[in-house]
Amino acid sequence: MSNIYKAFKNGKAFIGFLTGGDPSIEKTEEYILDMVRGGADIIEIGIPFSDPIAEGPVIQEANIRALKAGCTPERLFDMVGRIRLKTQVPIVFLTYLNPVFNYGYDKFFARCQSTGVDGIIIPDMPFEERGELSKTAESCGVDLISLIAPTSDDRIKQIAKEASGYVYVVSSMGVTGMRSEIKTDIKSIVDSIKSYTDVPAAVGFGINTPEQAAAIVGYSDGIIVGSAIVKIIEKYGADAGQYVYEYVKSMKDAIIN
Amino acid sequence: MSKGRYGVHGGQYIPETLMNEIINLEKQYEHYKNNPEFIDEFNTLLAEYAGRPSLLYYAERMTNDLGGAKIYLKREDLNHTGSHKINNALGQCLLARKMGKTRVIAETGAGQHGVATATAAAFLGLECEIFMGREDTERQALNCFRMELLGAKVHPVDSGTKTLKDAVNETMREWVSRVNDTHYVLGSVMGPHPFPMIVRDFQSVISMEARKQILEKEGKLPDAVVACVGGGSNAMGMFYNFIDDKEVKLIGCEAAGLGVDTDKHAATISRGRPGVFHGMKSYFCQDENGQIAPVYSISAGLDYPGIGPEHSYLHDTGRAQYVPVTDNEAVSAFEYLARKEGIICAIESAHAVAHVIKMAPTMPKDSIIIVCLSGRGDKDVAAIARYRGVDIFE
Repeated sequence: MSNIYKAFKNGKAFIGFLTGGDPSIEKTEEYILDMVRGGADIIEIGIPFSDPIAEGPVIQEANIRALKAGCTPERLFDMVGRIRLKTQVPIVFLTYLNPVFNYGYDKFFARCQSTGVDGIIIPDMPFEERGELSKTAESCGVDLISLIAPTSDDRIKQIAKEASGYVYVVSSMGVTGMRSEIKTDIKSIVDSIKSYTDVPAAVGFGINTPEQAAAIVGYSDGIIVGSAIVKIIEKYGADAGQYVYEYVKSMKDAIIN
Repeated sequence: MSKGRYGVHGGQYIPETLMNEIINLEKQYEHYKNNPEFIDEFNTLLAEYAGRPSLLYYAERMTNDLGGAKIYLKREDLNHTGSHKINNALGQCLLARKMGKTRVIAETGAGQHGVATATAAAFLGLECEIFMGREDTERQALNCFRMELLGAKVHPVDSGTKTLKDAVNETMREWVSRVNDTHYVLGSVMGPHPFPMIVRDFQSVISMEARKQILEKEGKLPDAVVACVGGGSNAMGMFYNFIDDKEVKLIGCEAAGLGVDTDKHAATISRGRPGVFHGMKSYFCQDENGQIAPVYSISAGLDYPGIGPEHSYLHDTGRAQYVPVTDNEAVSAFEYLARKEGIICAIESAHAVAHVIKMAPTMPKDSIIIVCLSGRGDKDVAAIARYRGVDIFE
C-alpha cells in the first residue's frame, strides 16, 4: 500500500497545494510544516513553470514569483529531503511535463525515490501519453496521479482502471482558481470512478470555503485546495505561516465534522 | 506512443478536460476531409473568396540583380486578408461550423491569423474572439483594429512575455473554460494532434499549386523552396508537396533577432532542444531547467519559442534545412524587394527573401528557387520606419 493511499485511511483527506519556492524555498519548507500542523493529509508542491497553461491568475503569479526567486526542480528535491527529516506526510509534485522531460525521466523519478516524493501530477499529460513515463514512475514507487474532468465521460473507465495514489477529480471547466459556485455534477463523476477502482477520489479546482469542503466530502474521499492557500501566501509573503495554518485547520475541521 | 507522431515529435500533451474534444475533432476532420461536399465547399471558398490560386511570379529584376538562380515568388500576399493564413482559417472555420460550433477563438502574433480568423468567422457567421499579446497589440495596432472592424473581440494578453506564446497559453485557457460551443482555430502547424496535420493539410494548397505552376512555366522542379518559419505553417504548406521530390531542397528561415549568439532571438532549431510544450513534443527555446525562454524577433509572427513537430522531424531526418536570419537581414530584404520588384512583403516573409538574397548568387543560372511570400507588408511599414529611426503614425 502506498504512502498516499494510507493517507485516506483515517477518514476524509485534506490535500493542500502550494507553489514550490514562493516566496522562497525556505518559506515553502516552513509552510508545508504549518499545513501538516493544521491537519493536511497530503501536500502537493507545484514545481514552478514559465507557462502553466492549466492555472488561473493566482497560481500563475506564484509561478512567476517562485522562478524569480530562483526555484528549480533540484532545489525542491533538496527541500523534500530536508522535510523528510521532520515529517512523513505524503508529498506529491505537481509539474508540467517539460521540466520533467528536461531533467530526464529516469533521473527525475530516481530523485523522487531517494528524497521521498510519493506521487506526481502532470496536468499536460493525458492518459494517452502516460505510457512514456508510467513504468519509470512505478519502478521508483512514485504514484502517477490521473486527472478526470467534467468532460471525461466515456474516458473515466480507462483512466480509473490505471489510476494510482488518488484520482484528481477536476470540479469545473477551465483553469485553477477560487470559485464561489461549482456547478458540475461531481457526485455522478465520483460514483462512476468508484465503479471502476478502489483508488480514492479527491476533488479539486475552485474549492476555497469550509462549506464547499464539507459538501464535497459528502460524496468523495477528499478535497484539494490550491489557489486559496497560494492567495494567502501572496498576501502575507514571508509572514504567512500562521495564516496558512489557521486556514488549513478550518478546512480540515470542516471535513471531519 | 500516442497518435500524431512525426518521429519522436508531436503527440497530444494537453489537459484531460480537452481530450474528448480533441478526439472528436480528429474524428470529424477524418470524416470531412474525405467528404466530397466539404472538399468542394472549401475549394470554392479558396477560389471565389480567398482568390486562389495565388500567382507564381518570376522575379526577373531580383534574379538579374543577384546574378544566379531564377527566383520565383509564391504570392500568398495576394490572398484575401493578405497572407497564407486565410487558407487555414477558412478550412477550420468551415469545419467548426460543420461540427455545430457557434464560436471560434484564436491566438495571433502579427495579427495575420487573427485577421484571417475574424474574416472567416464574419463570413461564416461565427462568433469570434482573438487573443493577442499586449506587446503585439501595440506593434501591430493596425491589424488589431482590422479584427475589431470584422466583428471580433480582441483580448490583449498581459501574462508572461505578452507575445505569441502567451497568446497561445491564454487561448488554451479559454478553450478549457468553454469547449462545448467553441472551436480553437489554431493558426500554425503546432499544438496537439490533430492540429499540426489539419493546418498542414489546409496549407498544402500552397505547394500543390506551386509545384504545378513551376512545371508549367519551367518544365522542371525547383532546386530549392524557401519559407520563413515561426510555428511553421506557410513553410509546411510550401514544403509539403515537395517532400517526396528528394532533389528539391527545403529551407526554413528562422528569426535570429539580434543574432543567435545573443539572447535576443527566436531561432528554435538553431538554439532550441527537444521539449514538450503547447500540446506537442518538438524543439523549443528553453533554459537549463526546462523553462520556456523569452524569445525575440522584430517580426511578431516569428516571435515564438517553438516550431511545429513535423518541421522538427524534417530537421531530424535532414530532409529540410533550417537557417537563422537576423532582424537586420530581414529589414534589408524587405527594402530590397520593395525597390527591386515593387512588392512590400511582410517582415516575416522578408526573412525568407533575405536567405534567397544570400543563396541565389551561389547557384547556377539555370537553377530555380521558389520563395514563399507568405504575407504582405502594410502592417509592418510603421515598424520598419521606426527601425530606420523614422517615427510615423500608423
